[in-house]
Amino acid sequence: MESIWHIIVSSAPQIAAAGLKYTIPIAIISFIIGLILAILTALVKLSPKRGWFSILKAIAYFYVWLFRSTPLLVQLFIVYFGLPYLKIQGLWPNGIQLDPWTAGIATFSLNTGAYCAETIRAAILSIPQGQWEAAYSIGMTKPQVLKRIILPQAARVSLPPLSNSFISLVKDTSLAASITIIEMFEVSQQIAAENYQPLVMYTLVAAFYAVMCTVLSWGQGYLEKRTSRYLRPLN
Amino acid sequence: MISLEHLNKTFGNHQALTDINTTFNAHETTVIVGPSGSGKSTLLRSLNLLERPESGIYHFNDDNIDFAKPLSSKTILNVRRKTGMVFQDYNLFPHLSVVKNVMEGPIQVLNQKPDAAKQTALDLLDKVGLADKADAYPGQLSGGQQQRVAIARSLAMNPEYILLDEPTSALDPELEAGVLRVLLALAKEDDSMIIVTHNMEFARAVADKILFVEDGKILFDGTPSEFFKQPTQRIADFLAAMTFTTISDKAK
Repeated sequence: MESIWHIIVSSAPQIAAAGLKYTIPIAIISFIIGLILAILTALVKLSPKRGWFSILKAIAYFYVWLFRSTPLLVQLFIVYFGLPYLKIQGLWPNGIQLDPWTAGIATFSLNTGAYCAETIRAAILSIPQGQWEAAYSIGMTKPQVLKRIILPQAARVSLPPLSNSFISLVKDTSLAASITIIEMFEVSQQIAAENYQPLVMYTLVAAFYAVMCTVLSWGQGYLEKRTSRYLRPLN
Repeated sequence: MISLEHLNKTFGNHQALTDINTTFNAHETTVIVGPSGSGKSTLLRSLNLLERPESGIYHFNDDNIDFAKPLSSKTILNVRRKTGMVFQDYNLFPHLSVVKNVMEGPIQVLNQKPDAAKQTALDLLDKVGLADKADAYPGQLSGGQQQRVAIARSLAMNPEYILLDEPTSALDPELEAGVLRVLLALAKEDDSMIIVTHNMEFARAVADKILFVEDGKILFDGTPSEFFKQPTQRIADFLAAMTFTTISDKAK
């Protein structure tokens, strides 16, 4: 029987390669798109109910509700396996056929965006009303107040919960295996099917996720320090 | 010159301002006094359009704002640029250094070049006695220092009127004195100021005109000597109550 050490050394490079090629890019790209979606959604949800904003608001509420109320795995299945059957004459006569990569990133972005939208909304609400008033009182416009005064402060507040979402997302990318993406978990499954060492292989891939998430936690600590420099040091 | 005609403002069922008519002359210091909850702050905040009265006319120099009609954002921004606001709890931007707090308005709103804005900001910080704190963050300053930065921040916009909403109410007496000295100096320079305060001694020292507000109505509109020397019974009671507060504070 091969030694465990030999199994690890021979399969770790393949898992690492899958991580570099799929897991990390999918997580980063999805999180960036998700964050943009989240900021827009949070701003729409916080905007006053007026004119065409009421329609946007309804869409934002529906979007957050939908993606937080259904399982991520089911969402992936609907987007990748289900949408090809959404055949609408004139619009999509052949259904919506997405390659696995696009379907994965779209689903992960929308899913994490829904959660992050609530985080960002809460962070914006946590900034005292006086900050808005002070900025308005010197004649700043609403976009200026948001960009210069509110969002920079909200970013600091939302850093820990957003890091939660990012770390969750990194691990959730393992679900992409189910839509034929050969990411880290899928690679470990394939190797386990060959060498009959599921315990070693799945523990090894778990270690890879743990390392990635540990690095992210460090990054979070570093960013928290950087963005909190203006706070009085606690005595 | 600012003048108000028939201003009315309600919060739900509460009538905060009732038929306010008065003028605020340029180069004068007007002090607004009155019991807590009387509508003083609402009146002041209406001048910066942080509050929007439901009816009445607001004349700002040649601009006439009719509160019964929707206000254009251009009008709102224009009035806010010309009226600097200082708040009871300072409301400095905690994520920006002191000097950047002061530069923010001139750069973002007046489109000044950062170098020019910085020079003005440093001069203003010197004026309020905080030149050495330019690179500190607001959280590292005392309340009195923060309030002086807030005054510098509003001066940086070169406003026609400076509106101060109980600028020393959150401060200990020794810190209050530092802020009041800055305001006295501004009053001597003939800046146009409108101040809401509970400090009668300060009101007496600085005011060219006094407004006494109670239950959302102006009950007195005149000179400080009239106000302090020939008060109506209601004002005499108010002043007596304020004096008692001062005495009991000193007794502690």
